[in-house]
Amino acid sequence: MGFDQYHEPADELPDTTRTFARLCASLTEEAEAIGWYEQRLAVEPERQARAIMRDAQGEEFKHFCMDLEFLLRRTPLWREIAEGILFQEGDIVEHGEEAEEEAVEGAAARGAPLAGSTSLGIGSLRGAAS
Amino acid sequence: MSHLLREHAPITEAGWSLIDDEARKRLTPALAARKLVDFAGPHGWEHSATNLGRTRALADAPVDGVTAAQRRVQAVVELRAPLSLARAELRDADRGADDADLGPLDEAAHRIATAENRAVFHGWDAAGIAGIAEASTQDPIELGEDCQHYPRHVARAVEALLRAGIDGPYGLALGPEAYTRVLETTEHGGYPLFDHLRKIIGGPLVWAPGVQGAVVVSQRGGDFVLEVGEDLSIGYDRHDADAVDLYLVESFTFRVVTSDAAVALTP
Repeated sequence: MGFDQYHEPADELPDTTRTFARLCASLTEEAEAIGWYEQRLAVEPERQARAIMRDAQGEEFKHFCMDLEFLLRRTPLWREIAEGILFQEGDIVEHGEEAEEEAVEGAAARGAPLAGSTSLGIGSLRGAAS
Repeated sequence: MSHLLREHAPITEAGWSLIDDEARKRLTPALAARKLVDFAGPHGWEHSATNLGRTRALADAPVDGVTAAQRRVQAVVELRAPLSLARAELRDADRGADDADLGPLDEAAHRIATAENRAVFHGWDAAGIAGIAEASTQDPIELGEDCQHYPRHVARAVEALLRAGIDGPYGLALGPEAYTRVLETTEHGGYPLFDHLRKIIGGPLVWAPGVQGAVVVSQRGGDFVLEVGEDLSIGYDRHDADAVDLYLVESFTFRVVTSDAAVALTP
């Protein structure tokens, strides 16, 4: 039995990283399923079968979004970049570049934790006082 | 596995989440220095010293005809606040209890935050840290206990900073006693003293456990640097059948870059 979501030896990974990796694998699977249903819907002529597949694809949309929200809650920097890109009008690539630059620079100024750190992630509190 | 050895603790993932969240909640209100000075890092546990860009001349060199100088660095210090949690309380939390007794964690959080504040504002000789108040070249101003006079004292401090060319806004770190007095006080006409002081400094007014009196500090940036190696973290020490011993830890040093960018208000 394989554990493909782990790129490093699983017993060396902290629990939080293993959970993160499982949800990343789940996110990938949901995205794949969404793509498969899209292809099936494109070729299926029978009305009832199409309705069932559309319903099933809706489930995959929901699962994908729940996985994504979980991962974003665990990864503030990812969340900040996503906020600059998702649900925005205009040029997606431009939003992406801007969001990444602002988030990375902001994280450095706030003293965001190093990758893989298990610190409390408090960093700078400038701007947190009244 | 990191040096914190968290994986060896008999604590579930949910338990660690509870402990970490509680620590963040208790630390954040008390970490006054981080609300007023620049933060550099975190550079990680392996980070040992800050480059000062200075040297000291060495009297001896290995051979004649050469001179020698040694680089000066400021070594980081490790602060560690031990605590012990009852395993029964953690088991209850795993069952869904939302009132687990994490009192020892709260107390340790307050201790380590107070220590960080004291090192930043009043210095720490043994660690080679000069605090903001002690390093200030500005004349200290006596704060006293009559807080009706606080606006006058703070305004004098702001005026001294302006005279030195240190532009605002400014922040005010108030020791717990002075902070309480400020909160309790309204001036003639019922105007809260807290709001009046905020208007004078133009920046944050902060509750600062560990600070004696108060300190007015520049907020323009670049004057004071808290340099952190390992940011505040919780590690595992040992356990028995009844209790698990943990600790809060951080490594840091602090530098005053502009010694006239703050005014101490002595108690």
